[in-house]
Amino acid sequence: MSEITEVKNSTSEIHSTLTSSTPLREKAKSAFQQLGLPQVKTEEYRHTPITRALEKNFNFSSIQNASASLKNLNDIEIPGLDAQVIVMLNGEFSESLSRISGSDVIIKKLDEAEHREYLGKYADFKSDALVAWNTAGWQSGVLIQVAENKVIEKPIVIYNIHDASPGEVKSITRNLAVVGKNSEVTIIEKFDSIGAYPNFSNQVTEGLVFENAGLNFYSIQADHGNRFQVGQTTIWQANHSRVNTYTFTFDGKFVRNNLQLLLDGEGCESHMYGLYLLHGDTVADNHTVVDHRKPNSVSNELYKGVLEGNSKGIFNGKIFVRPDAQKTNAFQTNRNISLSDKATINTKPQLEIWADDVKCSHGCTTGQLDEEALFYLRSRGIEKNTARAMILYAFAAEVLDNIPNEKLRLFIDTMVSERLHKNF
Amino acid sequence: MLSIKNLQAKIEDNQILNGITLEVKPGEVHAIMGPNGSGKSTLASVLAGREEYEVTAGEATYLGKNLLELSPEDRAREGLFLAFQYPVEIPGVSTINFMKTAVNQIRKYRGQETLDAVSFLSLMKEKIKLVEIDQTLLNRSLNEGFSGGEKKRNEIFQMAMLEPKLSILDETDSGLDIDALRIVANGVNKLRSKNNSTIVVTHYQRLLEYIVPDFVHVLYKGKIVKSGGKELALELEAKGYDWIKDEVAVA
Repeated sequence: MSEITEVKNSTSEIHSTLTSSTPLREKAKSAFQQLGLPQVKTEEYRHTPITRALEKNFNFSSIQNASASLKNLNDIEIPGLDAQVIVMLNGEFSESLSRISGSDVIIKKLDEAEHREYLGKYADFKSDALVAWNTAGWQSGVLIQVAENKVIEKPIVIYNIHDASPGEVKSITRNLAVVGKNSEVTIIEKFDSIGAYPNFSNQVTEGLVFENAGLNFYSIQADHGNRFQVGQTTIWQANHSRVNTYTFTFDGKFVRNNLQLLLDGEGCESHMYGLYLLHGDTVADNHTVVDHRKPNSVSNELYKGVLEGNSKGIFNGKIFVRPDAQKTNAFQTNRNISLSDKATINTKPQLEIWADDVKCSHGCTTGQLDEEALFYLRSRGIEKNTARAMILYAFAAEVLDNIPNEKLRLFIDTMVSERLHKNF
Repeated sequence: MLSIKNLQAKIEDNQILNGITLEVKPGEVHAIMGPNGSGKSTLASVLAGREEYEVTAGEATYLGKNLLELSPEDRAREGLFLAFQYPVEIPGVSTINFMKTAVNQIRKYRGQETLDAVSFLSLMKEKIKLVEIDQTLLNRSLNEGFSGGEKKRNEIFQMAMLEPKLSILDETDSGLDIDALRIVANGVNKLRSKNNSTIVVTHYQRLLEYIVPDFVHVLYKGKIVKSGGKELALELEAKGYDWIKDEVAVA
C-alpha cells in the first residue's frame, strides 16, 4: 500500500467519525476533509511526522473509549496547590471528581449553542487539519468565564486524565476561557494517563482576554505514559491585556503544542515561556505564533530545551508585526542543549514584519553541555554528575524563575530537579 | 608535594609538553615563565586534569599519589587548585551556591562533617575579608558580567575557601590593572604558609614583584630550559626571551 493511500484512509476514517450537527462543525468537517491529515510535505508539520505516528498506534474508526474509573486524584494533583479543580476523564467532564466553588468565575461544561460568537473564531480550522478535526468532532469541554473587575486568586486546574488500561483511548476536547475587563485568572492544564495502551488527545483552547485583563496559562505534559497529544491554544488579547504562557513538556511519545497569541489591542504585554526536557523516544514540537496587530505592544518569548536519548525537539517561532503595529517590541529566544548524538532538534525562527518602527530580535542556539563550564566546576572538587546537573538546572531555571505561583514553581522545579538528577 | 618527571602531553595531534621535570616542596613558590606558546598553560591544565590533553609519557606524583590517575574533582579534593586564566561564566549558578557545593563535597571526601548554612556563611565572611571581594558579586551568577579584575578576585576567593595545599595560578595577572594585581597578589600572599606551595604561571615579571618566588623556571618549546632564583625573572624582564631561545638554539 502506498503512503498516499494510507493517509487518505486515516483522513477518511476520522472523517467518518465527525458530525455536521451545527453549521460550525459542518464547515470544520469539510475543511478537515479538504486539508487531510498532515503529510511529509505539509510545511507546518515538516519535522513532525504526526500522521505516521497516529496511524501506527491508533485505529480511529474503531476506538471505543472504555468507561474510565478513577477514584481520586492522588499522584496526579499538584501537591499543596489551593485550586479549583476540573477533571476531564477520557475527554468527558467528570462531575464527581471536579471541585468547583465560588461565584466570581463561571466554570462549567462548555455548551456550543451558548458561545457561538466565540467558538471557532480564533483557532483557525481552515489551515490546520487537527484544529479542523477538533472543531468538528469535540466531545466535551470546559467554559471558564471570569466576570469584569475580578481577580481570581485560586488557580483553575484542568486535569486531563486518560485511562488506557482497558484499551486505546482518544479524546477530543474544547475549552473556552473568557477573562472580562480588569480581571485576572490563572489556568493550568495538566495531562496524565493510566494504563499501557496508547492514548491520544486533540485539544483546542480558545482564550479571550479583554481590556486590561490578565491571564496566566500553564500547560504541563509530564506524563510518561503511551501518550500522543496535539493541542492548540489560541489567545486573543484586547487593549492593555497581559498574558503569560508557560508550556512544559517533559515526557510522552508525541506532543505537539501550538500556541498562538493574537495581540489585537494596544499596549498588550505577552510572555511565552517554554521548557522541554526530552528523553527516550519523545517527539515534542512547539509551534508558536505571536501576532502583533496593533501598536505599542511588547512580546517576549523564551523557550529552552534539553534533549537526551533518541528524542526529537522542534521549535518554530513565528512573529508577525502587521502594518498597524508600530512601536512593537518583540523578542524571541530559543536555546537547546543536546546531551546525546542521537537526539535531534530543529529550530526555526520566522519573523514577518510589515511595520517600520519596531524592535524585534530573535536568537536560537543549539549546543552540547559546555565542557569548559563542566571542567571549571569539577576543578573545584564538584563531582562530575553534580556539576552536570548544576549546569543543566541553571539552564532550566531561567524559565522556572518566571513562575509566580510558589506551589506551582516548586512542583515543576521538583520534576526538573529529578529529571536532571539534581542532588545538591 | 609535587614531583613531575619527563612529563609529555599533546592536544589532538600537537605535542606541546616535551619532557618536563619539576620538584615542588612544601612552602615553596615556583614561577613558570616563558614566551607565548611555550606550554605554560598546558602544564597548568594537565596538572589540573583538563581532559582534552593526553599525557603521552612521564609521571606526576602529588603527595605520594599518581596525580594523572585522579579525576579533576579528586585532584581538587586532594588539595590542588587551579586559578583559571579565563574563569568561566556560568549563568544561573551563584558563586555562593557553587562554593557551598564544592566545600561540602570536598569535606565529605575527606571524611569531615559537611557545613550547615550558618557555618558556611561565617567561613565565607572570613574569606571575603581576606581577599577583599564585594559580597554582592558572590550572590550573582558565577562570573557572569564580571570585569577581568572581579573574575580573578573571585578565583582567589575560591582558593581561600578551598584552602588548597598546592595552588597553580595560570596567568592570573593577565588583564589586570596594577591595583587589581596588587589586591589579587595580596590575597595569594595571605594564603601562603610553610605547608602549602604555589606555582605561578606568568608571562611577565610584574606579578612576581608581589608574589615573590623561590624558584623561576623558563619553559620553551615544552621543556624547562633554564631554572634559577628570583633574579632570573628580572633578567628576563630586562633582556626578553630571545637570549633564551638563542641559548637553546646553540645547545
